[in-house]
Amino acid sequence: MTSFQLTSKEFYTALGQDRLIGSRCLDCGHISAPQRQICPTCHSDRQEVIEFDGKGTLAAFTVVSVPPTHMAVAGYGAKNPYCVGIVTLQEGARVCAQILDVDVHAPHTIRIGTPLVMTTIERGEGETRKKYLAFEPA
Amino acid sequence: MAKQKFARGVAVVGAGMSKFGAFPDRTSRDLFVEAFLEMKGTVDKGLDPGQIEAFYLGNFSSDQFEKQAHLAPIVASWVGLSPIPAMRVEDACASGGVALREAALAIASGMYDVVLVGGLEKMTDLPIAEVTEALATAADTQFEIPAGFTFPGFYAAMATAYLDQYDASPQALAHVSIKNHENGALNDKAQFGQRIADIMASKKARAEQKGLPVPEWKDELEFLADPKGNPNIAWPMSLFDCSPVSDGGVAVLLVAEEIAFRYTDSPIYIIGSGQASDGALTDRATLSHIPAAVEAGQQAYQMAGIGPQDIDFAEVHDCFTIAEIMATEDLGFFPRGEGWKAAMSGKTARDGEHPINTSGGLKAKGHPVGASGVGQVVEVWKQLRGVAGERQLPGNPRRGLTHNVGGSGQTCVVHIFERRD
Repeated sequence: MTSFQLTSKEFYTALGQDRLIGSRCLDCGHISAPQRQICPTCHSDRQEVIEFDGKGTLAAFTVVSVPPTHMAVAGYGAKNPYCVGIVTLQEGARVCAQILDVDVHAPHTIRIGTPLVMTTIERGEGETRKKYLAFEPA
Repeated sequence: MAKQKFARGVAVVGAGMSKFGAFPDRTSRDLFVEAFLEMKGTVDKGLDPGQIEAFYLGNFSSDQFEKQAHLAPIVASWVGLSPIPAMRVEDACASGGVALREAALAIASGMYDVVLVGGLEKMTDLPIAEVTEALATAADTQFEIPAGFTFPGFYAAMATAYLDQYDASPQALAHVSIKNHENGALNDKAQFGQRIADIMASKKARAEQKGLPVPEWKDELEFLADPKGNPNIAWPMSLFDCSPVSDGGVAVLLVAEEIAFRYTDSPIYIIGSGQASDGALTDRATLSHIPAAVEAGQQAYQMAGIGPQDIDFAEVHDCFTIAEIMATEDLGFFPRGEGWKAAMSGKTARDGEHPINTSGGLKAKGHPVGASGVGQVVEVWKQLRGVAGERQLPGNPRRGLTHNVGGSGQTCVVHIFERRD
């Protein structure tokens, strides 16, 4: 059991504690990540927060050489590209996450279907510094 | 689902656009004036602007790009249309297509007979980093963007899923870029009036002029595979896979079918219209196509009572090369997993069995985001009326389709147009 709420900001509160949360529909069992108050499948508003165990596989990815400002500030760019991807959690839902410990200078070596485990990465400065979702090869 | 149809017919009787490109000396309203005047000149029997009853403007984010919100009444005033109702329609890069649909629905409802549709975006005033930030607000800024996604990144991720699922050749992406630049070179409104081969030649000439080693690309594919000529943006999307940052305005005049002959003897009828929405990329069952495009396409085909085989040509939302390949499958022109082969074998070229983006598409014509969906209609108008000049399709095309996507597929709107004579 977790004490997190279903409201959307709780995702980062949980991540701050290295925990990845979502929700399960108490009526149809659909699992959402991040957590939702209304089931996107059966429309039920009876949802509970669940905690994922942080295992998944890589479903799609890219290696970004032209970063948005917040990633550029974190040190990424054409000479230091990063991988970001979509991860299918073993519970079934998908999440967006930075993918660490893959060869960003040889993107063709990164394989869809690679087993991954959850971690976090801290970015930002001062008060805006916080933990973001990341995965790395299992 | 019950069959959806207009309560009365809607026709296009005029269409014009500004040149697309980067225009530091002009603001969005100037670009719209240019488009409006061209549109007025295309109304065969003349247009008294006083007859226009409402104005729907597709615009993604003038508030971010120009620090000017509430754009529709300003633009309406600038072309002399006050006090008619004027509203801005926003669905990211699908803003223009959705504005067209809302205008058509307003006529179909019986409320208005004559409605102006605009599409407008002025993006190049901001530095590129801020343009990227502004565009990113069309994604989920709470969960997608913080992970590190960018717009090229979303389509790049879909490309990895597509290429993996169908064991497709990444070279297919280059073929889309080459083909759209070929078409854009024949369009005087296009931002890039150059074929890839022309771009290679000018890069070689520049190297020679500067006394640098002259690159030895033997053909376009070799150039596009060279990161020095075609740097990575978000792998596997390189620079020439991406549509540009653009300024541009478009104006299209819609009227009730029953009065269309007051304006022209050759109206273009809207026979199909469909629109759908979706969640973020992570919410979708598939990453190798765009479900909202399939849904919007099916609605439009059902309303028109025809299928993909009845479409002579299409303008699809090629914001990135992979998007065109997925679109040709989502719209049913090719079976799943066959779109990349069709792109490689020339089936989507002007002389192919399914000509796609004869205008040059977003890739070569330019992508002023809120204007793009309306800009597609200008190409359909020209092709169906036989006035597309050097890029005119042979055989008097009868039906054209437009496919306009917002975000990574959270919105898609599809229209089918028909010439009857």
